[in-house]
Amino acid sequence: MTKPDNTQPVIGLEIHVELATETKMFCRCANRFGDPPNTHTCPVCIGMPGSLPVMNKKAVEYSMKVGMALNCTVPEFTKWDRKSYYYPDLPKNYQISQYDLPLTIDGHLDIPLTGGQTKRIGITRAHLEEDAGKNVHDFPAHTGVDLNRAGVPLLEIVTEPHLRSVEEVMSFARAMHRLVRWLGVSQANMEMGQMRFEPNISLWVGDPEKVFDESAGYFTPIFEVKNLNSFRSLERTCQWVIDYHQARIAEKGRGWSLADVGKQNWGFRDDLNACEFQRGKEEAHDYRYFPEPDLAPVVVDDAWRERIAKQIGELPIARKARYLDKYKISEKEADALTLDSPTGDLLDAAVAAGAEAKRCVNLMLGKGASIANERGCRIAEIRITPEQLAELAKMLAGGKVNATAADKIFAKMVETGDTPGKIAEAEGLLAIFDAGKIGEWVDQAIAKNPQAVEDVRAGGKKQKKAFGFLTGQVMQLSGGAATPAQVQKLLHEKLGG
Amino acid sequence: MTEKKIDRKLIRHIALLARIEMTDEQAETLGRQFAGIVAYMDKLGELDTDGVEPMAHALDVRNVLAEDTPGRSLPVEQAMANAPARDGGFYKVPKVIGDSQ
Amino acid sequence: MSDILNLSALGLRDAIAAGEVSAAEATRDYLDAIEAMDKKVCAYNEIFAERAMGRAEEIDKKRSAGKTLGALAGVPVAVKDNICTSFGRTSCSSKILENFHAPYDATVAGKLESAGAIILGKTNMDEFAMGSSTENSAFNATRNPWDTSHVPGGSSGGSAAAVAARMCAAAVGSDTGGSIRQPAAFCGVVGLKPTYGRVSRYGLVAFGSSLDQIGPLARDVADSALLLGAIAGHDTHDSTSIDRPVPEYLASLDKPVEKLRVGLVKEFHSESLDDEIRAAVDKAVKIYRDAGAEIIEVSLPHSRVDTDEGGQLSSYAVACYYLVATAEASSNLARYDGVHYGHRTADKVGDIIELYSRSRAEGFGDEVKRRIMLGTYALSSGYYDAYYLKALKVRRLIKNDFDKAFENCDVLLCPVAPETAFKIGEKTADPLTMYLSDIYTISVNLAGIPGVSIPAGLSESGLPLAVQLLGNVFAEETLLRAARMYEMASGITRLTPEIVKEN
Ligand SMILES: [Zn+2]
Repeated sequence: MTKPDNTQPVIGLEIHVELATETKMFCRCANRFGDPPNTHTCPVCIGMPGSLPVMNKKAVEYSMKVGMALNCTVPEFTKWDRKSYYYPDLPKNYQISQYDLPLTIDGHLDIPLTGGQTKRIGITRAHLEEDAGKNVHDFPAHTGVDLNRAGVPLLEIVTEPHLRSVEEVMSFARAMHRLVRWLGVSQANMEMGQMRFEPNISLWVGDPEKVFDESAGYFTPIFEVKNLNSFRSLERTCQWVIDYHQARIAEKGRGWSLADVGKQNWGFRDDLNACEFQRGKEEAHDYRYFPEPDLAPVVVDDAWRERIAKQIGELPIARKARYLDKYKISEKEADALTLDSPTGDLLDAAVAAGAEAKRCVNLMLGKGASIANERGCRIAEIRITPEQLAELAKMLAGGKVNATAADKIFAKMVETGDTPGKIAEAEGLLAIFDAGKIGEWVDQAIAKNPQAVEDVRAGGKKQKKAFGFLTGQVMQLSGGAATPAQVQKLLHEKLGG
Repeated sequence: MTEKKIDRKLIRHIALLARIEMTDEQAETLGRQFAGIVAYMDKLGELDTDGVEPMAHALDVRNVLAEDTPGRSLPVEQAMANAPARDGGFYKVPKVIGDSQ
Repeated sequence: MSDILNLSALGLRDAIAAGEVSAAEATRDYLDAIEAMDKKVCAYNEIFAERAMGRAEEIDKKRSAGKTLGALAGVPVAVKDNICTSFGRTSCSSKILENFHAPYDATVAGKLESAGAIILGKTNMDEFAMGSSTENSAFNATRNPWDTSHVPGGSSGGSAAAVAARMCAAAVGSDTGGSIRQPAAFCGVVGLKPTYGRVSRYGLVAFGSSLDQIGPLARDVADSALLLGAIAGHDTHDSTSIDRPVPEYLASLDKPVEKLRVGLVKEFHSESLDDEIRAAVDKAVKIYRDAGAEIIEVSLPHSRVDTDEGGQLSSYAVACYYLVATAEASSNLARYDGVHYGHRTADKVGDIIELYSRSRAEGFGDEVKRRIMLGTYALSSGYYDAYYLKALKVRRLIKNDFDKAFENCDVLLCPVAPETAFKIGEKTADPLTMYLSDIYTISVNLAGIPGVSIPAGLSESGLPLAVQLLGNVFAEETLLRAARMYEMASGITRLTPEIVKEN
């Protein structure tokens, strides 16, 4: 069996993002992960008889924000629909979702590819729906249901089938992860299921330049794989399915086609590091969508759209480009600083306060990142002000403190909120200059000012003035960090007199 | 309106979608009643509704939105007081695979 | 019968406020009346005797302490068993919710209690409000107090019978296709379905969400106005409730509507109508004409009632309604699956689908199953456009007819039901015949407008007759005033069945 040539992966992605609202989508229970089961529920999210949903405004606005950042249109009219299916984590046995008139439509996201190129991926729609609860499988003979997550606002972003390789899928997924964190609409913590991927994977067999042109080839069956909650599982799934299709084509030839087999649902098994069949087209759901009678449609006017647009600001790709260009930092550093927007905002504010960008970056990605990592938060959230950061960067630049001391000061600063100057003094962390460093500045001053040197050496009435001038020059070079006594001592040693 | 057969297969299919178990006899009876009712509903086919805007809500209400401010949830014991079967803080059901959707 | 039971809700409220009667006495009398009579009528699913007495005593204490009393202080009322209360059960007369204890109060239940009403108990109904006779209750068939071999109508049959039989001063029910108005007509009481959105649906167990509305069943028009005032208003828990001030319905009630224009619905005045009911509508026309109203013939073409070759009645509105209502119901009732609350099969089941299917098969009655199936069918792939979507379009046409009619009229006049209360068991065999009981009430829910059923005397066989008045959206004030005009002029009010007189 030979591997078929002329195949082209064609992949579309659905991404579910849990929105970081304070409360759930239709009730005011806390939207919180990790608490004991069924501690954040009420008649509405348990789906009790008589309860009614009321739409969370923040959820709508967060969704608009993502849609607009994805260059989507936000239509004037949007409504809610019920999607029916039975599952124990879906207490009403229907999910409130959006069917034919989603909140945002027709956008795109430009994703970076290796070699510095970008590719535009079409976004079909991004719609708002409620999350289901959680089925817990830790019991030997039954399943437990926890409804804490039931009713959490969930944004479903659907791409066009524009992705053509695993690399593109991963680049898109990472860009999307960064974007929603950036916009502050989701923590997108994948371990907590706050971001889940659902690729639709097929291979085009035929001329890769003519995908969708039926005279030039055909599609293998489409595999839909749900609920992937790590980059690793997404990557592995895409590769696995592509390989699987290749093998089936080799085995079955033309019989392995979308027309013959249809669409199938597969699931990824972490333990097997492979996918397994779930159901075929014969068992496809009939979701019986119809307009949700309990919720009013939403009409979005220009004023509302503009208000949201203003909240979006500079997007990560643009910011990263600016950092590379203006701050002259590395690609890796720029990436790390554009994972979310407050972190970059902190950097920009510190630079605006007169600090050197590179030094701020080192501090943020050094001690800052390690503290953030310990706390499991973003760098911007470790409680440090731009003023503190700028001052510390300047102290470093001026040699008032060395790198080790700066780390200590940084940690203390985060802990106490004091200014770095105060901490340095109190903790005795100000630099005690070694003769070598000051000596270098003295040498520089001597080299640059031959006339003054001559005047000193010559002695006489000009000597004192020239000595004072040279001392001043060295002090300037040291950024005010050296003490005049040290400087004068060295000048005397080098010049005599 | 379109020709459609209310046969046992269709009744069985609808019963599965609706999650209602029924005996053959019940399906038979229901099928007969269904045929009569559906024939009656077909009367709507007489009306010309081209270009008519569907009316899903009785009134034209728009933009009913709540602020994202936490309110009170039910204590677990109260929330689960009606649960037919539990395992500690969980609702208990026969084994299912994965999460929904 | 005690004098207290003879007072209207308004009269009782005033007597309690004046200290002539205590809330405890009134509540005791009503509880005694229930004790004596409900064996025959079966209006109640559950009585809260102890709690009611406790609440009544609190009202009395409040009064003696000189505190302000609510609009319904001390008035014993009944609540349909599909309105959630945090006390007792909320069963919807279904096996599937037989032991369901809601952990919260419906907004209406809360409003009644904060107005000082004493909730005596929960009344019987057709299971999940699906029916027109209260025979579809999983527990009991409620009897018509005028003739216990007849049905009280439905689905709010328990509430209507309780009011008629003086087992409460007034009651609330719900109306999805006529479920307040038709039983009110059958039992000789006033039944009002408010405009959709006028009264909060929060805590009303949903049947057809875009049609359901809670409203009062009362002995006279004034009591209806009193109750509506207490339960109406915006509720942030119900997105479909309307933020709009509630008029003082009682204050203006006795003021006749000047230059009243009454539309007589041509299509409803057909030959298929029962002679006595037709005569009752004609008499109402005369009463309004005599009162100086202008009578205008109006047309509701899409609500018209035809008689086919087989003599069977048919109407677009009924077809439209049964598609919209059952589609919504199929989804609303999906939650009863034996997982989070409600009946769960005791059988050992193999998997989750079996758990669902068997629990539901055991828990739902035949009519509920039929409607869930019909609604599922109407929404299912391949049939959606032909049924559900088509019905939504026809609904618009029906609504447009009403809009047009109200351009020239203040209220519309028509019958409530095609006949008087029928015999128990008479229509249970043929579901379609039962559906046709709603032929004159159904389009009102589709259009979202208010409607009121007013007693119009008794038939030759001694069963209540009624007429129906319809108003434009949020025109309850006009509607009630027009109803009051009829009530005053006809002198027909607070009809008392023999069964009560015997007691
Ligand atoms: Zn909740």
